[in-house]
Order: sequence, then C-alpha cells, then structure tokens
Amino acid sequence: MAARKSAPKKPAKSNTSKEELLNHYREMLLIRRFEEKAGQLYGMGLIGGFCHLYIGQEAVVVGLEAAAKEGDKRLTSYRDHGHMLACGMDPKGVMAELTGREGGYSKGKGGSMHMFSTEKHFYGGHGIVGAQVPIGTGLAFADKYLDNGGVTFTYFGDGAANQGQVYESFNMASLWQLPVIYVVENNQYAMGTSLQRSSSTPDIYTRGEAFGIPGEAVDGMDVLAVKEAGLRATEHCRSGNGPYILEMKTYRYRGHSMSDPAKYRTREEVQKIREERDAIEHVRELILQGKHASEDELKSIDKEIKGIVNDAAEFSKNSPEPALEELWTDIYADDTRLGVHA
Amino acid sequence: MATEVLMPALSPTMEEGTLAKWLVKEGDEVASGDIIAEIETDKATMEFEAVDEGIIGKILVEEGTEGVKVNTPIAVLIEEGESADDIATPAATQPGADMPEAAEAPVETKVAAKPAAPVIPAEPEVPEGTEMRSTTVREALRDAMAEEMRADDTVFLMGEEVAEYQGAYKISQGLLDEFGAKRVIDTPITEHGFTGLATGAAMGGLKPIVEFMTFNFAMQAIDHIINTAAKTRYMSGGQMSCPIVFRGANGAAARVAAQHSQDYAAWYAQIPGLHVAMPYSAADAKGLLKTAIRDENPVVFLENELLYGQSFDVPVMDDYTVPFGKARIWREGTDVTIVSFGIGMKYALEAADALAEDGISAEVIDLRTLRPLDYDTVINSVMKTNRCITVEEGWPVASIGNHLSAQIMERAFDYLDAPVINLTGKDVPMPYAANLEKLALVTTKEVIDAAKAVTYR
Ligand SMILES: Cc1ncc(C[n+]2csc(CCOP(=O)(O)OP(=O)(O)O)c2C)c(N)n1
Ligand SMILES: [Mg+2]
Repeated sequence: MAARKSAPKKPAKSNTSKEELLNHYREMLLIRRFEEKAGQLYGMGLIGGFCHLYIGQEAVVVGLEAAAKEGDKRLTSYRDHGHMLACGMDPKGVMAELTGREGGYSKGKGGSMHMFSTEKHFYGGHGIVGAQVPIGTGLAFADKYLDNGGVTFTYFGDGAANQGQVYESFNMASLWQLPVIYVVENNQYAMGTSLQRSSSTPDIYTRGEAFGIPGEAVDGMDVLAVKEAGLRATEHCRSGNGPYILEMKTYRYRGHSMSDPAKYRTREEVQKIREERDAIEHVRELILQGKHASEDELKSIDKEIKGIVNDAAEFSKNSPEPALEELWTDIYADDTRLGVHA
Repeated sequence: MATEVLMPALSPTMEEGTLAKWLVKEGDEVASGDIIAEIETDKATMEFEAVDEGIIGKILVEEGTEGVKVNTPIAVLIEEGESADDIATPAATQPGADMPEAAEAPVETKVAAKPAAPVIPAEPEVPEGTEMRSTTVREALRDAMAEEMRADDTVFLMGEEVAEYQGAYKISQGLLDEFGAKRVIDTPITEHGFTGLATGAAMGGLKPIVEFMTFNFAMQAIDHIINTAAKTRYMSGGQMSCPIVFRGANGAAARVAAQHSQDYAAWYAQIPGLHVAMPYSAADAKGLLKTAIRDENPVVFLENELLYGQSFDVPVMDDYTVPFGKARIWREGTDVTIVSFGIGMKYALEAADALAEDGISAEVIDLRTLRPLDYDTVINSVMKTNRCITVEEGWPVASIGNHLSAQIMERAFDYLDAPVINLTGKDVPMPYAANLEKLALVTTKEVIDAAKAVTYR
C-alpha cells in the first residue's frame, strides 16, 4: 500500500464543534502548564534525574486520544507526561511520581520515565529508545488474539525510528495483521542530532512500504488534522487491515531533557515555530474566530487549568516519600523472594 | 505578589553553578519562557527560562558569581504596580520556606562535593619527581583518546552524540575539531547496528572506540560484544583479532531509576575473551584507557558519571599507561583488607579514613581491571590482615565479591580470622524515590560496620 502525505489542514473544517475545540484547548493547555510546572519543580530540586518535557508536541497526543475508543492502549518513551494526561490519568498521581512520592502512579519507584496505568491502558513510560515499539506490537498481538477490537497507539521518536527492532516489529505486525498504529513523533531532533544527520531518507512515514504498511505524514501541530488522521488509522486497524504508520511533524520547544543546553539549533528556529505553528495558539485562534468563546471565557479556562496544575504540584510536594519497606516490594508477584537481602 | 527566582538545578547531578550572565536587567518585563540568564554547570552553559511572568524587581546575585547553590534566590520578580523597594529586604521568605520539602529535596549526589583528595601512591612506572597535574576523570579520558588517536590513525571514535554535541557527558570535547568527521563519528540511535559495524571494522583492520552513552544501552548490543567481539579470536583458531574498546558510563548516576542505573562489572567480567577495566581515579582512567586502545583484545571499559567531574592528580608524562591485571594499593593497613573498584573505591576510602580514627588500620585495594584480575595482590593482603571486605555497586548474586571470596577461600582459607563480607548494591531494581535510592546503594557506613564486624570491634 502506498504511503501518502496528507496536506496540512489549517484552518479547521467548519464541522468541528465548539465543544470539541474547547476540549482540545483545555487538554493541550493542561499538558503545557503541567510541563512548565514540572520544569519549575525540577529547578527547585523536587524532581530529580532525567525529566523530558513535552512542550510543543501537545497536539499529537490530544488529537489521537480524540480518535481513540475506550479500551484502546497506548505506550511511549520516557517523554511520557503528555500521553498520560491526555489519556485521562490524574495530574496529581503523575506529578507525585515525578517527585518520587507515595502518591505517584508507581509509588515513587518509577519516576518521570516509568509510569503505567492499568485503568487507563497506559503501558509506559520506557527508558530505552525504541524498546516500546515491539512491546506495543505485542499488545496488539494480544488484542487480536483476544479478539477484543482494541487498537494500540505505539508512540516513538524520529531518533527511535532508526532502531532495528522497529523494523522487526513492522515485519511481524504486517505479517500477522496486528491492530497497531505506529505514531512517529518527529520533533526533528534526537537529543542533539537532527533527522538529516541520522537518517538516510527524510520521510519516516514511507518506511513501512517495504512491509506493506500504509503511512501518512501529518501536521502534528494541528490537532484537528491529527485527529482526522487518527480516525483513518483506527478505522484501518479495526477493519482488520493490520498496522498503520502516522508520522507527526512536530517540534519540541525545550531541551531534550533538563540538562540539555540545546546548542544544536538556534533560538530563532525555536522562536519561529512557537510563533508560527504553535498548536495551542492555533486552536485559540479558531475558537476566537469562530466566536465559540470570548477572551474572557478562555481566560477562565486558563485559570481553571492553572488551578489543576497547582493542586497537582501541592499534592506532589505533600505526598510522603514511600515507606522504606517499599524497597523490597513489587519485584515478584508474591514478594516472598529468595533474594539475598530479603 | 513578589516571587523569588531561585537558582535552578539544571542536571541530575548539579549542586551549584556559576551565574554566568544576566540577559535581563532590573525593570525588564519577562514572560514565561523568556531566557533570563545563562548558568554554567560542570558540563555546559544552560539558558535559564522564566517560569512566571512579571517584572524583574531586583537582581540578588550578580553575574559572574561562582558556586551559587541550587535554590538560592537569585532575583525577585514583581507584578505591575509593585515596587522593587517593597522588597528592599530581599528574601523575606527563606529559600524554600513555602516548600518545606525543599530542604530534604533529593538533589545531593552520592559523590561528596569536596572529595578528600587522597594521595595517590606513586606507581612504579612513574619516575620519581614527575610533575602531577590535577585533572578531572572527564579530561583524563579525553586526553587518553586524543593521544592514542594522534599516535595511530586507525583509531577512531564512534557513538551517539560524540562529535558535534561533544559527547552526552562531554567526554569527547574537542575531538571532532582535532580529528575531523572521518574519525569522530556521530551514529544514529542504533546500538546493535553500530556495535556490530564497529566490531566488523575491527576485524577489518581498524581500532574502534565505541562510546555507549551509558552501558544500559549496550544491552541492545551485548550480542556483538559477547558473541562476536569476545569470540572472534577463538572461533578463528587465533587467525583473527578484534581490537576494539567499548566504553561509557556504567552504574547508578543520580535518580535516573531502574532502566538507567545498573552496574555491569560482574556481567562482562564473566566473559572469556574480553578484558574489563573499571577505573576510579583520573590517572587510572587515562592510563588504562590508553592500554585498552592498544590492546589486541576487545576491552569493555566501564566509567562512572558521578566520577567524571572529580579531580585527581595525573602524572604529566609523554606516554602514561597503566597495565591491565595490576591492582593499586591506595592505602596500606594491617587489620582488614578492603577490596573495591570504580566508584566503590569512594566508599572504601571514606570508610578507611573513618576506621583509622577508630584505630582500625585498613588496607584498601583498587582492582582497576576485573579481567584480568590481580588475585595475588588481594591474596597477599589477606594473608597479612586476615580479614577481607569487598565493596561494589552491582547486585549481590554472582558478584565480583562472591568470586573473590571463593578465590580467597581456596588460596588463603587458613589465614582468615573472619568470614569475607561482600558489600553490594541491594538485590532490587533501582528505585527513583530519593529515600529508597539511598537505601538501594552501598554506603560508606555499611563498609565501616562490616570492617568493625570482621575485626570484632
Ligand atoms: C537504546 C538507547 N540509546 C540511547 C539512549 C539515550 N537517549 C535517550 S533519548 C535519546 C534521543 C531519542 O530521540 P527521539 O527518538 O527522537 O525522541 P525524542 O527525545 O525526540 O522524543 C537518546 C539517544 C536511550 N535511552 N536508549
Ligand atoms: Mg525526536
């Protein structure tokens, strides 16, 4: 099947409802404010280790979640906060995991890079670049095996797209017609390496062709375009046609992680995208142009979101550190281990 | 309401930094996302963005100030209508007053800010009177690679971010400039692929240095390290060799959790056909890496992120190398032998200092290479002290300490006055939470307690 490049679709189609636009706005804003707060808490030493912010890429997860159905699964890399918020996980539990506290999704044991939620079908939170791709393929294998109609959104980066296990997965997913959507979040950089410097061909969405997997390039800064592409992909998977590739053209505004001085790109490059392609600004304009809400109404949404994020931050500071006994739990199913220090 | 802008932590290991430059002045309006200052950490100069909007009411720390501790107020942000004079007594709120957790916030790293600069006993190879220069482990590793690359143009460096970014941990700083893109090569993120490729290049007559950003990612490539590189000579009946160095950060850093905090020393030390080095000091980092690059055998070279910024004396010599298979006695003693390597040496040496104050004389041995392993130095020491403790960061089951214990039992059983104690990391994946992470790691106190136990004090 041929890969295609869908034309960027700004401005929005007229059939997008007010409700929908406001939801997109609210969800994207939640992610952005949450991430800004996380950056702040990191600076204060309340969050440690690696912390990868999702600022700039919000439209990708928000658009695709709008195309998902209850029961669909999702998983991604270490740049995972946005995915968790978008699938409905509690900002408090996510932030408390970032601060390593008992109230976090993994009781403080996982940290920023490693969170999971059975309830929301969020399967991590993976620190090894590319490793989530066969895992997502395996989740889809289980869905097909159990015949439950589920689809798995397997997110990975442009850098991860060069890992061999991605192509091993593509082959099996196509061979066995697995209901998996490979979402490449092409934010143009893998740490300090631009796509041009790491990939022999620029179009990642075409890389399924050899395996018979259709792919499209999507304007990942346009939440409506993302949602539409998501609907095409889920329809394809749910109809039993096997995997689908969506390459989201997006951009990360911050450094790779908190300690990246980001000297590999100019400040102007970042500024230009912020000014011209920002996903939140785009929806904001659509809302105002369509007279779906006034500036004041949007301000009150901003305030509401700020409140949610501040509550999450407070919760994450006040939740206690895990009990010391927790060092020895969750390693085996019954934790009656034969380990040396037990 | 006026808010304080605090000195940010900008990396997992940062405790303090230099406020290099203010990009705003008092009275300037800032919005969230604006870059307001440049801050230097030990690794890089970082841009510091405002998180709140407001007006810079007062700058509390002048640019150029060094050693500004994380969380110190560096400026005051006011809202329109407020005056900077209102906050003329800056920092009315204690740093962290409205966030009591900040005090116990997990920013401290496991390496003390000022390491007790131990006097490195002179190596027999170093002529008396040789000048010593204080060098970080980071610089020592870079110098070793640069010297060997100058001496042999088949040596090249390959890995993620090693060239243009100057290394994710800045180990390859300056190498691209000096040696060019042919010999300092940025790879895609494809460890299995580039490790296999480099192994092939070694079989084809080159001398690759493969940098793993950390050894956690070498697990993607471990097949080529073990199944190809380590076995080529054997499988070819000695016709072919595979001179290659696999190097990078190994072990726990700070708060990077289960998939990024693992010590592979015991894993690789098990493999016949590999050499395994794990330096502690900068001098050994340099000398061992030069030896590794010249080695006709594949070498796994395990570094430690927390040691990269530590300074040690390095002899100023044209060609300083350290042989494999020779332990270094850091401290002579009579009551107990403490054997360690890599960052474990930090705990061993700290414990030895503390034990000395209690009148216990510890002999501290740094193995430096795990394969070959200098059994004789350990056995001879145990025959003298009659007691032994091993210290390492890795897991307890099938550890280096276990192996040494067995060797000591076989060769010095009659000399032992107490069981050998193996101190290791705990038998758990590395937790992220600050309090649990501390518990999971081996500590200086555990070493002290073990030494007292075996000396029956
Ligand atoms: C196997 C492996 N190699 C290297 C790393 C270190 N690393 C972490 S993120 C990253 C860049 C990944 O870039 P990309 O896939 O584009 O994702 P993005 O960070 O842009 O979201 C690298 C090299 C890792 N975590 N795992
Ligand atoms: Mg990327």
